[in-house]
Amino acid sequence: MNSVSVSSPTIDLANARPAVVVRKATVLYEAADHPVLALKEVDLTVRQGEFVSLIGPSGCGKTTLLRVIADLEPLTSGEVLVNDRTPHEARMKRAYGYVFQSPALFPWRTVLGNVMLPLQIQGRMPDQCEEIAREQLARVGLEGFEKKYPWQLSGGMQQRVSIARALGFEPKILMMDEPFGALDEITRDNLNEQLQQLWLREQRTVIFVTHSIAEAVYLSTRIVVMSPRPGRIARIIESTLPFERDLSMRDSPEFAQIAHEVREALSEGHHEH
Amino acid sequence: MSIERLRLHALPVAVLLAALLVVWYAAAVGMNSAGAIERVLTPKGAWHWQDLISATLNMQRPILPAPHQIAVDLWSSIADWPLTSPRNLLYHAGITAGAALTGFAMGVMLGLLLAICIVHSVTLDKALLPWIVATQTVPVLAIAPIVLVILGSLGLTGLLPKATIAMYLCFFPVTVAMVQGLRSPQRLETELIHTYSATRVQTFWMLRMPASLPFLFPALRVAIAGGLVGTIVAELPTGAQAGLGARLLTGSYYGNTLQIWSALIMASVLGIVLTAAVALLEYLVVTRRRPA
Repeated sequence: MNSVSVSSPTIDLANARPAVVVRKATVLYEAADHPVLALKEVDLTVRQGEFVSLIGPSGCGKTTLLRVIADLEPLTSGEVLVNDRTPHEARMKRAYGYVFQSPALFPWRTVLGNVMLPLQIQGRMPDQCEEIAREQLARVGLEGFEKKYPWQLSGGMQQRVSIARALGFEPKILMMDEPFGALDEITRDNLNEQLQQLWLREQRTVIFVTHSIAEAVYLSTRIVVMSPRPGRIARIIESTLPFERDLSMRDSPEFAQIAHEVREALSEGHHEH
Repeated sequence: MSIERLRLHALPVAVLLAALLVVWYAAAVGMNSAGAIERVLTPKGAWHWQDLISATLNMQRPILPAPHQIAVDLWSSIADWPLTSPRNLLYHAGITAGAALTGFAMGVMLGLLLAICIVHSVTLDKALLPWIVATQTVPVLAIAPIVLVILGSLGLTGLLPKATIAMYLCFFPVTVAMVQGLRSPQRLETELIHTYSATRVQTFWMLRMPASLPFLFPALRVAIAGGLVGTIVAELPTGAQAGLGARLLTGSYYGNTLQIWSALIMASVLGIVLTAAVALLEYLVVTRRRPA
C-alpha cells in the first residue's frame, strides 16, 4: 500500500554524498593459459548509508569488486575512490569493517578478545576496548558469551561475533562477503533480520555480496546484478521496499516483484554471451 | 570406576616394568657369570648355581649391574651425602641442569630470533636456512671440543661453554618450528588484520606469534632434551670437575660401571623432569585453545 511513507525520515539516500565511487574498474588475472577478465569497466556509485548487494553467479566478479574497494586486490585499470580517497588511504584510515564468509575468529582469543582485536590495533585504552566490545556483543545478542572461546560457539554465533568485531571500531563502510553463505536457512533468516535492523538503526554504508536472491531483496536498498565472463554489472535494481522491514514482508507482492526483476536480470546476463 | 581406571592405566605399565626387570636380571646373570666365576667363585673353591647367581648380582664392578645395585648406589649417593657434596648425584644433576637450562634459554632466544628474521626477510630466508641446516649436520661430539677450546682461550670456563653447546643443539628445532608456525596464519586471517591496517609489529604480536605457539611447544620439548645431551657431551672432553657428564667420564676411567649407570639413570630422570616442566608450561599457556 503506501509503504514508502513508512521509511525513516532521517534516511535520504538520493541526496546522500557518495561513499564509494568506482569508475571503469578493470581487473585482469594472468591465468595459466589465457588472461581472465574478472572485472571489465565497472562503474558504480554507493552513497552514504546505502545497503548495496552485489549478486550474480560464480565468476561474475562480485567478490573481486568488493576486494578491490577494500584494497585487498589491485586494479588493473580504472579508479576507485572511497570518501574521495584511494582504497589504500581509506584502509590506512581504517574505513573498512570486513566480514568474510567464514568467521575468521582467532582461536586463542575469547569472544570478547576477538571483538577487541581491531580496537587494540587502533591503540585504544584497554578498558575502553572492553567497554565497546561488550556493547557490540550485546547488540548482536551475545551477552554472556564474552568469556567463551570460538570453538564453544555455533557457526551462526561465530559469524555474529565477526559482525560485532567489524562494527566495533565504527568503520565508515561495512563490507560483507557472503557472510551467511555457510549457515543453515533458519540461522540465516535470523541473522538477516538482525542485520537489517542494525542497518536501519545505524545507517551505515553496507556493501554485501550474496548468492541468494531473497537475501539481497530483503536487505538491500539497491541490488547490483552482475554477470560473468567478463565480470560486469548487468543491471542495477532500486528497491521499492520501505526501510523498516520484517521477514513476513518476503511474502508480499512487492517483494516478489523485485525478486522477479533480479531473477530476470540474472538470466539475461547469463544468456547474453 | 577409579579401580577400573587404575587397572587400565597402571596395569600395562606395571607388566612392562616387570618384564623389563626379568630380562635385565637374566642379562645381568648371563653377562657377569664369566667374571664372577673367574674372580669370585673359583678362588673360594666349590660352588653351586645359587652361589653363581648371588655372585653375579652383587659384584663390585659388574659388566651389567643389577637394578637393585643401581638403586642402592643412587640412594646412598643422595641420602648419605649433603647436597653440596661432589659425592651426591643430585649436586651433579643440579650443575648439569643449570647449564642445560641456560643453554636452552639461549637456544630458544637464538631460534626465535632466526625464525623472525627468516619470516620477515626473503633475503635472509634464502641466505640463512642452508647454513642453519649445515650446522646441524656436524656431530656435536666434533664441535664440542672446538667450542670449549675457543671459549677457554677467551677466558670463559665453567657454565657458559657448556651452555653454548646446549644452545647449539637447542636453537635448531625452535627455528624450524617457528618458521613454520609464524607462517601458519591463513590468508583469511592475514587479510582480516590487513583490513585493520595493522603494522608489522602488531601483526606479529597479535597474529603470527599466538598462531605459532602450537608449533613452538613440541619444538621446545625436542630442544630441552637436545640441550641436556649437549650439556652432558660438553662435560665429557673437558674433564669437568662436576656434572653428570663428568661422573660418566670418571666412572668409565675407573671401570666403575655402577657409577656410570647411576649417572645415566639420573640423566634420564633429569631429562624427564625438564621435559615435564616444558609440558607444564605448555599446559598453562595453550590449554584453553582449540582449533577453530
